Amino acid sequence: MTPRQRRTTLVVGILAGVSLAGVLALNAFRDNVMFFFDPSQVVAGEAPIEKRFRLGGMVRPGTVDRLAGSLDMSFVVTDFKQDVKVVYTGVVPDLFRENQGVVAHGRLGNDGIFVADEILAKHDENYMPPEVARAIKEKNGGVMPVSPDSTAPPRI
Amino acid sequence: MIAEIGHYALILALLASLAQTFFGLLGAARNSDSWIATVRPAVTAQFLMSSLALAVLIVVFVQNDFSVEYVAANSNSALPVAYRIAAVWGAHEGSLLLWAWILVAWTFAVAALSKTLPAGFAARVLGVLGLVSLGFHAFTLFTSNPFLRLDPAAPDGRDLNPLLQDPALAAHPPMLYAGYVGFAVAFAFACAAMLEGRLDQTWARWTRPWTTVAWAFLSIGIALGSWWAYYELGWGGYWFWDPVENASFMPWLVGTALIHSLAVTEKRGLFKSWTLLLAILAFSLSLLGTFLVRSGVLVSVHSFAADPTRGMFILAFLIIVIGGALTLYAWRAPLLRSEAGFEFTARESFLLFNNILLVVAAGAVLAGTMAPLIADALGLGTLSVGRQYFDPVFLLPTLPLLALSAVGIHSSWKKGRLGDRRKAILLSLVVGVLVALVLVLGAWQGATLLTPIGFALGVWLMLSALVDPIDRWRRGLSLSRGVVGMAIAHAALGMFVVSITAVESYTRERDLALAVGETGQVGEFEYRLRDLSTVEGPNYDALRGEIVVYENGREIGLLHPEKRNYWVQRQVMTEAGIDMQLTRDIFAALGEDLGAGRWSVRAQVRPLINYVWLAAFLMALGGVIAATDRRYRPESAG
Repeated sequence: MTPRQRRTTLVVGILAGVSLAGVLALNAFRDNVMFFFDPSQVVAGEAPIEKRFRLGGMVRPGTVDRLAGSLDMSFVVTDFKQDVKVVYTGVVPDLFRENQGVVAHGRLGNDGIFVADEILAKHDENYMPPEVARAIKEKNGGVMPVSPDSTAPPRI
Repeated sequence: MIAEIGHYALILALLASLAQTFFGLLGAARNSDSWIATVRPAVTAQFLMSSLALAVLIVVFVQNDFSVEYVAANSNSALPVAYRIAAVWGAHEGSLLLWAWILVAWTFAVAALSKTLPAGFAARVLGVLGLVSLGFHAFTLFTSNPFLRLDPAAPDGRDLNPLLQDPALAAHPPMLYAGYVGFAVAFAFACAAMLEGRLDQTWARWTRPWTTVAWAFLSIGIALGSWWAYYELGWGGYWFWDPVENASFMPWLVGTALIHSLAVTEKRGLFKSWTLLLAILAFSLSLLGTFLVRSGVLVSVHSFAADPTRGMFILAFLIIVIGGALTLYAWRAPLLRSEAGFEFTARESFLLFNNILLVVAAGAVLAGTMAPLIADALGLGTLSVGRQYFDPVFLLPTLPLLALSAVGIHSSWKKGRLGDRRKAILLSLVVGVLVALVLVLGAWQGATLLTPIGFALGVWLMLSALVDPIDRWRRGLSLSRGVVGMAIAHAALGMFVVSITAVESYTRERDLALAVGETGQVGEFEYRLRDLSTVEGPNYDALRGEIVVYENGREIGLLHPEKRNYWVQRQVMTEAGIDMQLTRDIFAALGEDLGAGRWSVRAQVRPLINYVWLAAFLMALGGVIAATDRRYRPESAG
């Protein structure tokens, strides 16, 4: 091969490799990206059944239910308009509690119950996941409800 | 009073950086010796003032001066002194001050060590660095001043976030910033070369050690952060593809490409414009990382600070710095043609593919990190990208990269001959495959498809990297630091791959519900909760579990996980109990009270996990050794 041909081969090879990687990445992306839904969207049937997504909202007070001594638990996620029941087995994060923002990863069953495989709560007393905050703000006429125990000043 | 001294010092540092930029860039453009001579004193002045500002902030923290708003927000009189100092960079304002100080310290080092460089070129380098520090000083002063007073003073502080009260995390930001900022030096060298319109092999020789040292710092910074997340967050993983982790990882990937590309530019005078582009990209990604972390635009465990005006400032700064550099690149890069050619299987080719694969990997990570932001901005819904995306798209370019490195480190410049090394490469490959087979079929059962591939590639690379130094040593040839450093870094990469493969393939984990005296099964291991007691620390009280772990009835570990309750922030924290052993980590974290006397316990046994971080430190060590090679010393330059 002449140097010119060699360079052309090299450039074509690199382009082919990079585009292949791009196509594969796009594919991986389409199949594996997780969307976020709030309880109102779930109740309205906008969320997919039996496909993983993120459900976010506040933990409704008085709904955290656990069989004593067992890792099985359930609670209700609310955006103050609609509620969705979540069941989960395992360790919940330190800041999981009633009236706090929460994001659950999992699948929605045909019975309308969300089966979570992962529960996230931010490591901060006053944290609310941004998408939860926005969803709740919209539902509440632009006002942020204040949880009763958040007397600490906001963190910088 | 003392806080005001810090404030003034910061203003003076800003003015000094202005002088440094002005006289550096314009002095070189006008070719005025007296202007150029002003640059180094300006650097010294900036360094002194910036150091004074940082020192003042440390002093007000140590003195518990709660009339300073930033101290009141991030410290407490009950906080141990070491963490009061670490609290300086525990939040946004102070970490910016630290960022700027590290940049100025690097600049000072460049000024001190660049006396043998052509005066005009050095002035341009320092001018560009001055421009970057100007931006950061202005940002700190106008949007995030840590010296602002609180009137009336707070009686006590709101304490440092308990998550940050940890030795590894205290060292994490300075290391990370030293890496980020170190790429500013490569960036400045690139800009200066473009301004001069001249880039030769001496340029690459000058840029290389700085870039390699920055890369080493970044490696250590990332490893410390990952280590901290492992034992402190209580989840037990070492990498979560969290946006902020990605933010530090992307500059690392591009920086890795850059140090390899610089090697080609230094030795062969090739890849010139590509090297420049990588230098711009590495620093741009560092700035982008700062932007992502500090503006809180991404949902992340790290975004302690969320403030859109700061975000806008950094965005504007990003556009000026990156946009300016890319414009300069578009204009000047065509002048910097590379003339020589090389054979298809020569070292240049291997390094070319190294660069392509690393940049593709960085691009894939960037796409996944930015996608939620872009989708949100375009109103396409709120989405998140997790490891289901990142794992495959990252492995796709990096697995071939490992095989290429195992062969490529033996290739020679210009000519595509492996010569007598062919046997050694093949032999180490065979050993790698055998080790993988023995591990997968014999010692450790139950593997995925990637398990033998990972073991084989990792062992192959480890052995292959050591062939050259061992061969030279046996033949009594001299061993330069460059050779030793390169061998250590590549062997460490192999070790990294082996340990990650073991962790990913053979981790045993399960959530248990245990009462005192009860036992739970985790794979072949048994966790017994022997006792629960209450203990008290300096600023918290804690419930402490005592867990004994058995393997086939034999006791192999004793763990003391804690559930801490920090008084000031009223925050509950999980302090995992970890027994670090030579070949595995035995891990337990206390969850919550489940009722009926039971507690939830997160139990994990992870083989070889400590070698993940050890490998990262060894890579950094290899980088430092290579960067101190004789040929980079000023006296032998030229």
